[in-house]
Amino acid sequence: MTESRERHVPASLVWGLGMFAVLVAIAIMAPVFLSDAANTLSSESRAEPSATHWFGTDDLGRDIIARTLVAARLTMLMSLGATLLSVVLGVLIGGMVWVGPRWLRETTLRIVDSTVAFPALVLALVIAAILGPSASSAVIAIGVAGIPSFARITSNMVAPVMGRDFMSTSRLLGVPPWQLFARHLLPNIGGPLLVLIASSFALSLLEISSLSFVGLGVQSPDYDWGRLLNEGLPAIYSQPLQVLAPSFMLIFAGVAAMLTGDGLAQRFDPWGTQPAAHRSPNRVIARNGNQTASLVEVKCLRVTAANGTELVRGIDLDIASGEILGLVGESGSGKSMTAMALAQLSPDSVTTEADVMRIGDIDVLSFRNRARLAREIGLVYQDPGTTFNPALRMGTQVTEVARVHMGLSRRKARQVLVDGLRDMRMRNPESVMQQHPFQLSGGMLQRAIIAASLVTEPRLIIADEPTTALDVTVQADVLRQFKKINEDNGTAILFISHDIAVVQALCDRVLVMKNGEVIERLTGDELSKGKVSHQYTRELLAATPKFDVALDRRSSKGGGA
Amino acid sequence: MSQPRPNSKAPTRRIRGWRDFFRSPWGGFAVRRVGGLILSISFLIILTFAIVPLIPGDPAIAILGPGATAESIALMREKLNLDTPLVQQFGTYLQGLSSFDLGTSFHYQTPVLSTIFTKLPYTATIAFGSIAVVLVVAIPLGMAVGVLTRGGRRPVIGTAFGAIAGFLASFPAYVAATILILVFAIWLKVLPPGGSAGPTTFVLPIAALALGPTFAVARVVRQETYGVLQQDFVRTARGHRISNSRLYIRHALPNLMASTLTLTGLILSGLLGGAIIIETVFSLPGLGLEVVQAIIYRDFPVIRGIVLTIGLIAIFINLLIDVVLGLIDPRTLGASSHD
Amino acid sequence: MAGRTAPILAVKNLTVTLGHGIQTARVLHDVSLSVDAGMTLGIVGESGSGKSTIAKTLVGLHRPDAGLMVFDGINLGGASRRERASVRRRIQLIPQDPYSSLDPHLTIGQTLAEAIDPIRARVSRHKAEIDAALAAVALDPSVASKYPFEFSGGQRQRIAIARALIVRPDVIIADEVTSALDVSTQAEILSLLRDLKHGLNLTVIFISHNLAVVNQICEEVVVILHGEVVEHGRVRDVFSNPQRDYTRRLIESVPGGRQFSLVSREDSQDVIKSAVERET
Repeated sequence: MTESRERHVPASLVWGLGMFAVLVAIAIMAPVFLSDAANTLSSESRAEPSATHWFGTDDLGRDIIARTLVAARLTMLMSLGATLLSVVLGVLIGGMVWVGPRWLRETTLRIVDSTVAFPALVLALVIAAILGPSASSAVIAIGVAGIPSFARITSNMVAPVMGRDFMSTSRLLGVPPWQLFARHLLPNIGGPLLVLIASSFALSLLEISSLSFVGLGVQSPDYDWGRLLNEGLPAIYSQPLQVLAPSFMLIFAGVAAMLTGDGLAQRFDPWGTQPAAHRSPNRVIARNGNQTASLVEVKCLRVTAANGTELVRGIDLDIASGEILGLVGESGSGKSMTAMALAQLSPDSVTTEADVMRIGDIDVLSFRNRARLAREIGLVYQDPGTTFNPALRMGTQVTEVARVHMGLSRRKARQVLVDGLRDMRMRNPESVMQQHPFQLSGGMLQRAIIAASLVTEPRLIIADEPTTALDVTVQADVLRQFKKINEDNGTAILFISHDIAVVQALCDRVLVMKNGEVIERLTGDELSKGKVSHQYTRELLAATPKFDVALDRRSSKGGGA
Repeated sequence: MSQPRPNSKAPTRRIRGWRDFFRSPWGGFAVRRVGGLILSISFLIILTFAIVPLIPGDPAIAILGPGATAESIALMREKLNLDTPLVQQFGTYLQGLSSFDLGTSFHYQTPVLSTIFTKLPYTATIAFGSIAVVLVVAIPLGMAVGVLTRGGRRPVIGTAFGAIAGFLASFPAYVAATILILVFAIWLKVLPPGGSAGPTTFVLPIAALALGPTFAVARVVRQETYGVLQQDFVRTARGHRISNSRLYIRHALPNLMASTLTLTGLILSGLLGGAIIIETVFSLPGLGLEVVQAIIYRDFPVIRGIVLTIGLIAIFINLLIDVVLGLIDPRTLGASSHD
Repeated sequence: MAGRTAPILAVKNLTVTLGHGIQTARVLHDVSLSVDAGMTLGIVGESGSGKSTIAKTLVGLHRPDAGLMVFDGINLGGASRRERASVRRRIQLIPQDPYSSLDPHLTIGQTLAEAIDPIRARVSRHKAEIDAALAAVALDPSVASKYPFEFSGGQRQRIAIARALIVRPDVIIADEVTSALDVSTQAEILSLLRDLKHGLNLTVIFISHNLAVVNQICEEVVVILHGEVVEHGRVRDVFSNPQRDYTRRLIESVPGGRQFSLVSREDSQDVIKSAVERET
């Protein structure tokens, strides 16, 4: 969801572009005013810094600062030439491959990929070797050497835009390729592209200077910063300022590039703009020690986002042993926040407060015994695709609690989990343990995490939208598993869902949430019978499509799917 | 999203025969990677070959200078095989390569291969030495800062690290080298400024070469750590109530390695380029200094040989990174199809 | 809906293969279906069944390996490029994800103008049509000068519907248009679709994984499994008297449905088997 929302421009981008502006100003002004001082030979060879020569003079008595500043123009012009070369050809290749046929794209990008592997400088050396050392060959060398990576990056930026629905919709509507490119493609990569050009400009500046520095770029009597550094090196003992001045300018350009690149990342990276959380630890306002029959007791739970928005506004809930409590509501109602607060897994950016938050004898807000928390609470999450660590094998992950907190050996833990998976009626649990999450379907992953959460025989399972990402037939099966666990082991379940039909089928009691508050408390029976009093609950029920077809029992005996 | 991935299930089955091997992730990876390898090496060979034919005008005159006699030009043309058709020139070049014959240096009149063998150790030492320094320093540093500043905590550390690392990351190697010589060799006099006498001579080149990339990689690692710690599976791991060290090392590290290494690969090839340049600063008799001299003297057999060698090292580094990536995160083995 | 009219859109023995190289997979196999003018046809199936591929193939985003697609008497396979282009505009697809279907850099007006005139896309020239299309989906004309990020998912879906309608199509294909929405928003979009269908005499192909929704707004239904048509008929007949075990299992899985039960059934082993088979 990269929206063109008016985000603030990051400070680093402002600074980076500001530093570029300074460089451009120097490049324009310095040769006009300082050429004489920079090029006039004098007898003051390698003079110390003085009022007339702030950085002293070089071996031929020329002012070091003047030469450094005057060199800015040639350095910048050469970098500009090289950047234009890489940008124009790079963007053309990287963008056009998407307009052409697939085989052309595959071939071109394979070739581009195989050249990106080489250091740009090696390509530059080859070109310098062909053309002979000179300023223009350095420009062409660095420019051409930059084409492959620019083509790659452009193509990488175009790819996600191509995959979005509006591109195919426009194409279907008959928008011709050129309009497609100018109207949709370019504006969608334009921002990042511009900033990329700025940072690639500074990088070519450093690379061209490095060619001049080793003697393959600008030749005497012309000079750029690289050449100045090269000329200063033999005198490094007697006149260190002669290398420091161009070094400073090169670092200045490097920092400008870095800041600009950074600004790009922040401007277009969703993580970069996340507000910093104002941290305040979870607080217990008042203790309420009386132990009632309920397994879970939560009083006045408040969850506040970093920007001060109240996500959960002081709700109470309790769950009896062996009870299935449903929490139902639409997106943004605060139901998941409630569940994660109870599990002590709230994201870093929110603050959780409660008068009482207790699971059994555990005071969740202050309890720090990891092992007991892990054993008492089983957790099942919404999106099985992101719940598992993509880099680890299933076995490592599902046996973790058993190994870390129950002290089981690797082999024993594995055996327990294989049995657990088999109980969840998974085929080939042994091979599932060997696989990586991306090799399994959502239903299999969800069954695996349920099996893993059962190992410790927890007293409570917190399930946050556990069936939302699943197909109906798989959902039905997973719901049956929950019911079975509840009946067989007496495990209490906090079941969060947006689907009122699912909740009413499974839960003993249901809390309806809206805008961070519980607006109605019902039994599952009342909900099924439509005995609701709050207007919102009624609307929610009315909006939920009914599926009240009566299966003809006599039919469908013979047909096999 | 709904793209079919029929080969993603393969590792469960036992691999029987070549067909299954090619359909398994590592098999598919091998096929693609060998294909890429062949493409990269072919590109390198064609590139190095093309140097001479692409020289504007008559290469022989370009090499010998405008004052050369007709006789010496004819001799040079013969040496470079310029009188035969292009295809045949290429054939001769390939033939030479296949028997590890890179020709004879114009300048030294010695075989190019022996030049490369005497120069390679210096370049390899500073290149791989600084790669090692980059990885050993940057990953723990970046992770530590990423963990300390997760979820917007300790904003002071975050900002300070951002500024300092950003500043140091933008030091070009040759500028860093110049400044390190000034400080450590000339003012403090603790390390030699250059030459090739003993292991201490490598300290400054490796430091100069590693400085920028170390902080560039540390910044990447920090950013990745920051991102990984916000993902769902980290919450799952927290739900397992494991210790923080286990959370960061067992769960977060492998995930940030994938994206880190991909970027690191590019940074490391850039580092190889820097190695060529800074040899000049330290008068280190490696491939870089040699190739620069060769370009100035227009000693094409040497240029070809050294570009070929450096190119092969770059290809090797990239291959290594891809294999390590595959071991850490098997998803990267999947086809990177361009659509 | 008494007398059989000729179907406005018919598909016969459609086979589609996607992917390339060793990743090729046959996604649709021998699919035949048809929809009469003015009807609402539901296509139900689970994820990976190929139901979205049918939509994409019908509008021309995928090229079928084999099979016949006939729209209003025109064979889409044999039609000339120009004929095909004009026919394409008469079949409009509303994509699933309202966040991906609108270009964030264009105003709503520009998006709609592009649908009318793909080449110039001038808003001022088509003001009246744009206002009318927005009014049809119950949005204010002032919306035209805003950008997509200013709208919620449900509003975006309305805009996507307006874009489909502005071309005056005969058939609209709605591909999981409500699956990203909350139930109350879903209800609004469904009633909008139903009103539009009656008001404009549209033919609607409604693709969904949600049987309850299909049951509510469709007249006919096609059940897809593994890229094949399992069942095809009137919604009432198929849902009350399924001929295939798979359809029956789907119906029994709908939570809140009359057939739904949390008691573990003996044959749910088969459910898993079929789920596992689908994955391997």
